[in-house]
Amino acid sequence: MKDHASLAEQFIKDEARTDWHDETLWFVRQKRDKAAYGLPEWEQLRTWASEIKDHTLSALDNYLVEFETNAIANGIKVHWAVDAAAHNKIVYDIMKAQGVKKLVKSKSMLTEECHLNEYLQQQGIEVVDTDLGERIVQFRKEPPSHIVLPAIHLKKQEVSDTFHEHLQTEKGNNDPQYLTHAARLHLREKFIESSVAITGVNFAVAETGGFVVCTNEGNADMGAHAAKVHIACMGFEKIIPKAAHLSVFLRLLARSATGQPITTYSSHFNKPRHGQELHVVIVDNGRSRQLGREDFRNSLKCIRCAACFNTCPVYRRSGGYSYHTAVAGPIGAILNPNLDVQAYSDLPFASTLCGSCTNVCPVKIDIHQQLWKWRQVVTEEAKVPISKKMGMRFMAWILDCNVNYKAAGKIGRWVMRNLPFLVKNKLNPWYKQREMPDAPKESFKEWYIKNKKA
Amino acid sequence: MKVGLFIPCYIDQFYPQVGIATLQLLEKLGCVVEFPLLQTCCGQPMANSGFAKLSKGCDTNFVNNFSNYEYIVAPSGSCVLHVKEHLQSEDNPELAKHIRASVYELTEFLTDVLKITTLDASFPYKVGMHNSCHGQRGLHLSSMSETVAPAFSKPGQLLQMVKGLQLSYPQRVDECCGFGGTFCVFEEAVSVKMGKDRIKEHTANEVDYITGGDISCLMHLEGILKRQGSNTKTIHLAEILNSKL
Repeated sequence: MKDHASLAEQFIKDEARTDWHDETLWFVRQKRDKAAYGLPEWEQLRTWASEIKDHTLSALDNYLVEFETNAIANGIKVHWAVDAAAHNKIVYDIMKAQGVKKLVKSKSMLTEECHLNEYLQQQGIEVVDTDLGERIVQFRKEPPSHIVLPAIHLKKQEVSDTFHEHLQTEKGNNDPQYLTHAARLHLREKFIESSVAITGVNFAVAETGGFVVCTNEGNADMGAHAAKVHIACMGFEKIIPKAAHLSVFLRLLARSATGQPITTYSSHFNKPRHGQELHVVIVDNGRSRQLGREDFRNSLKCIRCAACFNTCPVYRRSGGYSYHTAVAGPIGAILNPNLDVQAYSDLPFASTLCGSCTNVCPVKIDIHQQLWKWRQVVTEEAKVPISKKMGMRFMAWILDCNVNYKAAGKIGRWVMRNLPFLVKNKLNPWYKQREMPDAPKESFKEWYIKNKKA
Repeated sequence: MKVGLFIPCYIDQFYPQVGIATLQLLEKLGCVVEFPLLQTCCGQPMANSGFAKLSKGCDTNFVNNFSNYEYIVAPSGSCVLHVKEHLQSEDNPELAKHIRASVYELTEFLTDVLKITTLDASFPYKVGMHNSCHGQRGLHLSSMSETVAPAFSKPGQLLQMVKGLQLSYPQRVDECCGFGGTFCVFEEAVSVKMGKDRIKEHTANEVDYITGGDISCLMHLEGILKRQGSNTKTIHLAEILNSKL
């Protein structure tokens, strides 16, 4: 499989499109900035959110049991899934018991992580994603490229072409309002036809046994309110202790994600309505392992706002698909190695460690520090090219002591001056698009010894 | 005031003029500067590549060279941050701890320790400021665009003391240039694209020079500028602060 660097290189080949992608996401980052600057207490909110999440993770087992007890008392059916396969099977079994073949689903990155759509489709079930962006990429048989803005990699002309093919809209009509209206009519049919609706969960409240789903399109509500069965799928880190804590998280989430003060819909589900079944599937899928890793535990504080995506200068210039996984961006680069250290060994290196991700994170995850720490783990636990290992050993041998260092520096600079073709060639990735620095005859140390030592 | 001068390896080898400027500047400001001769590298190239275990030799060498100083100063935010965050010594943990607390990046040493308010320097050019990430977000040399806090800039504060200098900032005031250590070769395409985008904003401001506190970022930008045949040059902050033109 191709790694981040080569997928990114492919993406950047179309430089005009890369600029467009970068500017589009930078615009979202600026909207986030405006929203954050608008609240004098912004940093205080981040601290509270971080502390609430830290506390929750420190007593997660208790809060999960408290949530389950209260949810059951409310009439919710609670399921526990150890991994993606168990999660998918639980959903399928509920469908089978209902004898239905169609479902609508609002945005849930967890179901992307578990590859629920593919699994259900193999069982002959029609899954319709009802988030507009997700519906667009679903038509195109693509995964989302961003966890909040799934179709952000597409231009409106491409959406128009896709809708022309699947929804028979007018060819060449790129008017967003026209296209959205067509999607709305199409999705209304699907909401009415489906007796099962899946939603994600943004926050599950231990003290009430209820949960909150945030959307801008109201599609989670349309699905859940029309369907006989509502299944809400959540990673177990979505728990917060008290409903009062929502006053911190709901203020941070949309501001961090899109710069809105709050999502258009923040819907509270506490119990099934009369005649409805309400299921919650609580999923582990590697989260226990992450919880046990002291260095990486607090990555589970993530509320999936994607602020780290939008600010990341690497993500903006390499696109979501270069991360070859469901959750891309800086947060994906510290979550995915936990799932498969070999398959995602490249992701901790898809960063300059600039630290912007850590600064925008509304729950203060030290993302760039964890990228550094994952690099150390990856070189121990995953296969590293022998050339890289040997290169690093050689570099360490040179830099460890002054004798080797001085000799290597002198020889290196002599080569650069006298045999420039040895460095100015295609094999040197630096030289591909950059000139080499000039190699001076004298190092600082040599100058110092000559001029200052006495 | 006695200062141990730490000149990072790539400055020593490729940009000796930055080391010289730093030394002269500190002496001008009354410091007694010593340059421990057996110093090499802080070990960051290995550590940031995931091989921190291979940087123990560099750590030991660093401790041997610098444990006797109350102040250690280097013209590089990145190397200083590495020492502050990662310098370890199994044999002398106390000495390593002392060094981690005593190492300063040049501009913060000037503004926070020497607390200078004037500078006898002139540099009559239009200069674009590049905020290097490790100095800015790691050492907090200036406020950061992501966080809600009062604005400040230690390098900006110093550049304002330089006669004739016209300071400008790029539109995205603190976006990374894409150097990123070995990132610049392992992720060559993204690295260069990031550099080109920084340069575009600076040249839109019609700057004569791009400056910053880390020559690593500037070396990357310089490489791209030279390939583009641009007239815009790069220069380390220390060279400007030490200039009398």
